Amino acid sequence: MGLILTEDQTILREMAKSFFEEKSPVERMRKLRDSRDETGFSRALWKEMGELGWLGILFPEAVGGAEMGYGELGIILSEAGRVLAPEPFVSTVLLGGNAILLGGTEPLQKELLPDLCTGDRLVSLAFQEQGRFSPYSIEASASRDGDSYRISGRKSFVLDGHVSDQIVTLARTAGSADEREGLSLFVVDANSPGITIERAEMLDGRNAASISFANVAVDASRVLGEPDHGADILDAVFDRAIVGLSAEMLGSFEEAFERTLEYLKTREQFGVKIGTFQGLRHRAAHMFGELEFARSIVRDAQSAIDDGRDDIAECASGAKARCSDVAQLIGGEAIQMHGGIGMTDEEEIGLFFKRLKAAEITLGDAIYHRDRFASLRGY
Amino acid sequence: MSSENLEEFQQDVRSWIDENLPADLRVGNRKDLPGGSLGKWIKAVTSKGWVTPQWPTEYGGGNLDRKQAAILMKELKAVRAPIISSFGTSMLGPTLLEFGTDEQKEEFLPAISRHEVKWCQGYSEPGAGSDLASLQTRAVKEGDEYVITGQKIWTTGADKADWIFCLVRTDPEAPKHEGITFILFPMHQEGVEVSPLTLIDGSAEFSQVFFNGARAKASHVVGPVNGGWTVAKRLLQHERTTDGGSEGGITGALKETLTDIVKREIGLKDGVLADPTLRQRLAAQELEARGLSLTMRRAGEELRSGQAGRDIGSLGKYRWANMVKNEQDLAMAAMGTQGLGWSGPGFEDTQLERTRAWLTTRADSIWGGTNEVQMNVIAKRVLKIPE
Repeated sequence: MGLILTEDQTILREMAKSFFEEKSPVERMRKLRDSRDETGFSRALWKEMGELGWLGILFPEAVGGAEMGYGELGIILSEAGRVLAPEPFVSTVLLGGNAILLGGTEPLQKELLPDLCTGDRLVSLAFQEQGRFSPYSIEASASRDGDSYRISGRKSFVLDGHVSDQIVTLARTAGSADEREGLSLFVVDANSPGITIERAEMLDGRNAASISFANVAVDASRVLGEPDHGADILDAVFDRAIVGLSAEMLGSFEEAFERTLEYLKTREQFGVKIGTFQGLRHRAAHMFGELEFARSIVRDAQSAIDDGRDDIAECASGAKARCSDVAQLIGGEAIQMHGGIGMTDEEEIGLFFKRLKAAEITLGDAIYHRDRFASLRGY
Repeated sequence: MSSENLEEFQQDVRSWIDENLPADLRVGNRKDLPGGSLGKWIKAVTSKGWVTPQWPTEYGGGNLDRKQAAILMKELKAVRAPIISSFGTSMLGPTLLEFGTDEQKEEFLPAISRHEVKWCQGYSEPGAGSDLASLQTRAVKEGDEYVITGQKIWTTGADKADWIFCLVRTDPEAPKHEGITFILFPMHQEGVEVSPLTLIDGSAEFSQVFFNGARAKASHVVGPVNGGWTVAKRLLQHERTTDGGSEGGITGALKETLTDIVKREIGLKDGVLADPTLRQRLAAQELEARGLSLTMRRAGEELRSGQAGRDIGSLGKYRWANMVKNEQDLAMAAMGTQGLGWSGPGFEDTQLERTRAWLTTRADSIWGGTNEVQMNVIAKRVLKIPE
């Protein structure tokens, strides 16, 4: 199941492709970056995607979703990746939205998800406290105070944290740093007293915030999953988020590969097309193989989730590991094969290179996910 | 055939296997199968025509359709029965069925179906490996015979073969693809000399074959004179279907999986492989194997559904070769000096077997089109980069 597109999925891909080509060419992303747009993406375009039902793909019909799967969402994400659309799929749908979907009580879901599906509500996930991905190394703490909790600590790399309405926050309610047990997830309103948000610009033109929490009060009814067992929700959220992110990466490196291939076919040096050189031809053939293997592995991971298989975690880490490797390969080769022009900011290939690096590092790189894959495989 | 009849056929196949397959053969295609039992099994299979199940009965085949043949193969594999095949069944036979004259089919096909005549393949030459069409072995017409002079290399099983199907140059003036003829002749004759080659893994299955005035009947030319290149390429397609399609190949026959051997050699500490670098490499290797099998499955599904984009099937041979080689590299790294043994004592069978497999698999990126040739083909035909 799921290795090839169904007829409906092919139609969806054609729709998404023309939507992004028409409304979101790569220049749009560049303009947002260069103008230091205060949002960093287009809220109007985001709402349009909400109207098309794309933001609600994962969510139940009862909260305004389309109740489809990662096979469909992956198609949208790949097409978004092809044009480097910076809209907040990762923060709001894959991380924040998924956390509420997988861990939220029914009232909480009914309160938050309908607006998320329309594009009117933005949600982020604040978990990271250090550079290298290490999801249980959490020192931010939350302590019980009557019917509520008080959160204190600092978070970094909160994707789109500067514009989110809710910040799903990971904090320690028991245990010590690095322990998987004792973590809890809270849905915190971004305008709660005690929260300070600093926007940071990243190399791919997107945004991540540093957020500090000073004794921030949050009601106990806004805990996702069981207190102290937030990691159970967190792991499931990450598994799904990395499969989605892998689909976006697939679109980005496929586009980078196509552009590089076109360059090999047109650029002349020494009186011939540079694509006639065997050294470059073989590297192009190798990239093609890597790209197609990644596609197979991503589609298999999407089916693992959609079919409710028991190897979701293994497939998800496998997909992120492979896509991170391929992102590095194709990103690097794309710059190299474009030569000097590839180093200029004016040539768009560099924008792909930088986005691929950011996506590679986000939620764990190839080394991290091969390590996790090995553990899940019993060695 | 209706699905009801297919089910009945499947039942028949099962009971036939039960009756005819000796218990000591239910171990897969191993080299050390007991001769007595194997002889009986071959006799039983050939009497049904099931060595060549889809060939017509008049040529000794089983006259099965594609679905029945698939059921037969599935049932045989399910009980790990040795699969009886040869160059005759997998390569020459299908080629003769397509290009041979009626006389050639009658003369050669029944003996192939009965597994009686051993064939070898005279393709590669010292100067014609990847560039096969530059072959130089000459055949000169003399009455109703051709006289053959030249040299072949990498001829599998030449020392045991009765006949050879051979590419020879019949028109040295023509462009290189247009002067080649596909011809059949006996190995046991004056003017044919076979010299086995010992390989780096110690095996000697390949030979050099020298022709010095060997003779072939003109009536044994397959396809048109000087039109042998088309026949030769078609035969290679049969070769690739057979080899690329075989599950696991040499590594599938190994006693221990890679993951098991690495775990055993390196050991686990708190459930984690004690060497973090090898652990990373093993995970990468497992993902590569997964990527390959998923991609080949996807290639099949895309083809059947008619939504094929670029031909991802073209990746199979060279990625498979790399995967198989990397697997042995990793096993060697895990074994350390225990992987340097050539024969016991001091080495376990599984270790010796892996060491030989490491050597044997070096050939996988060479035969059937080297990796470099495969990548050239992908760049040209699949990615369409102009040359």
